[in-house]
Amino acid sequence: MSLWSRVKSTVSETFSGKVAKSLGKTAGKVSEGIKAAVGIKAKLDAETREALEEVLLQADVGITAASKLLDNLQAAGLPEPLTADRLKAALAGLIEARLTPIAQPLEVGKAKPFVVLMAGVNGSGKTTTIGKLAAMWAAEGKRVIVAAADTFRAGAVAQLQVWAERAKVEIVQPAQEGSDPAGVAFQAVEKAVADEADIVLIDTAGRLASRKDLMDELAKIRRVVQKLIPDAPHAGLLVLDGTQGQATLAQVREFAPVAGITGLVVTKLDSSAKAGFLLALAVQEDGKPVHYVGVGEAADDLGAFDPAAFARGVVGLEG
Amino acid sequence: MFDFLADKLQTAFQSLTGKGLLTEADVDAALRELRLSLLEADVALPAIKHLLAGVRAKAVGQNVLKGVNPGQQVVKIVYDELAALLGDTGELTLNAAPPVVILLCGLQGSGKTTTAGKLAKWLAEKQRKKVFLASLDVYRPAAIEQLATVAGQVGVPVLESDSTDPIARTKQALKAAEKALSDILILDTAGRGDVDETLLAELAAIHKLSKPANTLLVADAQMGQAATTVANAFKQTVPLTGLILTRLDGDARGGAVLSMRHETGVPVAFVGLGEGLDKLEPFRADGIAGRILGQGDVVSLVEKVQSAVSEDEAASLQAKLMSGQGFDMNDIKKQIGMMRKMGGMGMLMDLMPGMGALKKQVDQSKLDPKVLARQVAVIDSMTAAERKNPTILNAKRRQRIALGAGVQVSDVNKIVKMHEQLNQVTKLLKKGGIKGLMGMLGQR
Repeated sequence: MSLWSRVKSTVSETFSGKVAKSLGKTAGKVSEGIKAAVGIKAKLDAETREALEEVLLQADVGITAASKLLDNLQAAGLPEPLTADRLKAALAGLIEARLTPIAQPLEVGKAKPFVVLMAGVNGSGKTTTIGKLAAMWAAEGKRVIVAAADTFRAGAVAQLQVWAERAKVEIVQPAQEGSDPAGVAFQAVEKAVADEADIVLIDTAGRLASRKDLMDELAKIRRVVQKLIPDAPHAGLLVLDGTQGQATLAQVREFAPVAGITGLVVTKLDSSAKAGFLLALAVQEDGKPVHYVGVGEAADDLGAFDPAAFARGVVGLEG
Repeated sequence: MFDFLADKLQTAFQSLTGKGLLTEADVDAALRELRLSLLEADVALPAIKHLLAGVRAKAVGQNVLKGVNPGQQVVKIVYDELAALLGDTGELTLNAAPPVVILLCGLQGSGKTTTAGKLAKWLAEKQRKKVFLASLDVYRPAAIEQLATVAGQVGVPVLESDSTDPIARTKQALKAAEKALSDILILDTAGRGDVDETLLAELAAIHKLSKPANTLLVADAQMGQAATTVANAFKQTVPLTGLILTRLDGDARGGAVLSMRHETGVPVAFVGLGEGLDKLEPFRADGIAGRILGQGDVVSLVEKVQSAVSEDEAASLQAKLMSGQGFDMNDIKKQIGMMRKMGGMGMLMDLMPGMGALKKQVDQSKLDPKVLARQVAVIDSMTAAERKNPTILNAKRRQRIALGAGVQVSDVNKIVKMHEQLNQVTKLLKKGGIKGLMGMLGQR
């Protein structure tokens, strides 16, 4: 079963009771709006366009990207005869085409060790994602070392320890609480070089980009790692919380230069959130690749980003 | 965060100058701009529709006031309506039979455990309560350890148990809190998704067992449109009594505060404003309303500033701004002087668009006239070169200045930070079209 169908099956299996009813209601309302509009005039009139725009907005696509998509839909010519489902399918097609170029699983390059730096705002799911990545790569037979460079949050090191045990990978941890995170990253990379490990995953503390001191700390981690391996970190992954909205655009803009972000991981897609901001990122920003999506707390709840399934989710189509 | 909604609205209203009443067409034009701005702030659509309907009903047919333009007038209506929707500060129920239970719930990563620690500290220190903490999160690795560490930092007891059953842990927590003669028991629960039936049912069971006087939904202020479905899922699972919005110290405009308030119908009790355990504050609607709109009360600002800033000073500041050189420390000193004249920086910043970050900093320094005087002393202790070009202020120079002014280095850092932020604001003002600011500087 593919990851995306699992998301869906989780949803349909567990959608019950009051929650399902209320969610069903919102989805129903939107569809009715489109159908009613389409029933009257078989073209993309103002009313239909507005109904479609609302579908996109509620998926966190954002107004700029939504408008662009609807312009494209108009320009591409509408399906005949026009029905709500056909309209949505056409829109989903456009979205898929937009996102397909950025759906790229992370390629572990030739560099050895291949150093991966994880960054993101607080609570986005960095440590959990590292646990999943470590498990995935360890299962492929790679020798992985994780670096517990979140020396700030209480319990962060212990949390990564549990993940390292589960994945049976080595962990480098701070000598004491509040140690310099750059020091931990340095030790981990040093150890990886000495032990000829394949991959180093560096966990970092969550931070808001408005905290310049903490952003400087992130830059320092990079610089220190570069003392050992000049072209490291080879990948910088920004972990985005899938339940967020347009605030993620600023996160990408602000973290990218500081942390050397090369790709994205989107988490918490096992919720009702649609993460439509990925479309805004693709349309308005430079479209960083989306490497993985997270759909739960188990080690195998991480999978490739599937633009077709994502697009259907955004426009509210089943399947 | 800086949105210049007023500027956009003014453009939308230019044709209207001189008319007597706000017409439907005028108001709708303004509301279109407002809708865009609220969407950018991540306010959920249902909440936006509700807000705009209210504004429309109030605005259409109103007399256009003399001396302000209709755009500003609508902004004022919007602001008032928004503040009304955000409502009063949620109060905790603390005077029930002890231990009074506070149940925290929310999505994964919303900040529950950190908030539990902050709340314990606030209750212990500000309310003089005996607090007991208990983690019911048996799923996330090290969640229980995290709460134990936080409890240690706050200095309150925490449930010690090896049980991996949340229900059993709840029972143990109730007993332990009672035995410790605690006034309050805070239950930190596992994060759960809004479509996870099993975990939501577990939450309902915990609620039934612990009979909390306070059931608080903890949510990340950066949430998007999902705020509505998430709030709804939790509201349907347990009877919420209040909200805590976390991470409002970032640059995000925090539209989720409004979305959540609208969907749950329960008030916001606290907001999280930083990583330190003391960074939890009772919610204030007026500050958040301005932030979501991305602007302050421009009308009053113009009046205030015009009366206090002399034409000359204004002209020189304006020239500086236009030249794009940015402000230096001499200008900051001048500004502090003006602020002293106007009766406090906090009040001025309340009025000023985009000054949220600075305002917070000022609030945190518990501003009084002495602080302003100290800030002037810091600037006076700089060399002419440093005042002209504050970027050369390295650690050594800052130490010297602190010694000279008789303050801590952190006080010097604050001024430097203020300078950086002011220049960011001016840069943005320049980019964003600056009619509002020009007005503020006495041109109108």
